[in-house]
Amino acid sequence: MKRMDAIREISGKAVQSDALIVCNIGIPCKELCNIRDTDSNFYMLGSMGLASSIGLGLALSRPHRKVITIDGDGSVLMNLGSLATIATQAPENYLLVIIDNGSYGSTGDQPTATAKGADLVQLARGAGNSLVREACDHQQLGQALQDMDHGILVVKAEPGNADVPNIAMCPEDILRRFMSGSCQPSD
Amino acid sequence: MTPSKAVYNGIKDTGIDFIVSVPCLNLRELIPMVDMDPEIIHVPVTREEEGVGICAGAYMGGRRPAILMQNSGLGNSINALASLNLLYGIPLVMIISHRGVEGESICAQVPMGELTTKLLDTLGIPYFLPDSIADAAEDVKMAWGSALDEKMPSAVLLPIPFWRG
Repeated sequence: MKRMDAIREISGKAVQSDALIVCNIGIPCKELCNIRDTDSNFYMLGSMGLASSIGLGLALSRPHRKVITIDGDGSVLMNLGSLATIATQAPENYLLVIIDNGSYGSTGDQPTATAKGADLVQLARGAGNSLVREACDHQQLGQALQDMDHGILVVKAEPGNADVPNIAMCPEDILRRFMSGSCQPSD
Repeated sequence: MTPSKAVYNGIKDTGIDFIVSVPCLNLRELIPMVDMDPEIIHVPVTREEEGVGICAGAYMGGRRPAILMQNSGLGNSINALASLNLLYGIPLVMIISHRGVEGESICAQVPMGELTTKLLDTLGIPYFLPDSIADAAEDVKMAWGSALDEKMPSAVLLPIPFWRG
């Protein structure tokens, strides 16, 4: 499975469940923007490693709104403590999806530690998370997204990037647009 | 009025309702006060940079966030402060136990202690230094006002003599 196909599935799930999406730095953001650009998407352009943390803060602040973070293996490896913090908080409205392609895809496809044996499912469980699943193909991903509203889902994907344009919005506009939807008191 | 209670009063007066923390010996009384407050979501984090990310998400969800940490954590947070908060214009109050200054007994604290205000100056992040325990609450309030007005983090620096009362 290509990462962009996984992101398409996740974006579809977000629309279906009216979820907010926090998306990881680099080409994943561009792929999501290209698939479906909505005001429920937050494109994280910097701060590599912090997508899962931003999503956690958002989920804790909006307990009645579903939040999905799309993260990557290289980024999660940079902020492994986040897996432990997510376990201690375990918000029922927060789903962390880690697309694991064993590769630093936005910087030239250098291999990450998961390409050499590091196991994010075991790391997530070892950090104390009780609901952790793995999806290795398109069908398993669809099923897992149907079953899971919270927890951590590790999706195995092939290395490689789609050829998609840059995001045209400036950071301030990304934030303003996202908050106009995410901050609604009715949430 | 203890130093911790003064800072806590500032947090409450300001309406700060979301706090992440990494412990410091000087924060040992303040952190439980925050933790027991039903109006504050308190998230103990593993590393300060992670906390900066969580606070950014909390702000995006409509909360007033603050981080409680030691100044060593500023060094752990620089990239996040710059490429998340400064990039997007995200407010944050950093309530910092400033170690490595007058009265410090641990030599390892000194390098970051001396660099703390220089790092904040370099980042363009304003900071408030209460002259007394009585000023601390007002400085927390001013720090949030500054963060909101400037759409960027601000800091309240609380050095060793402050905690000695």
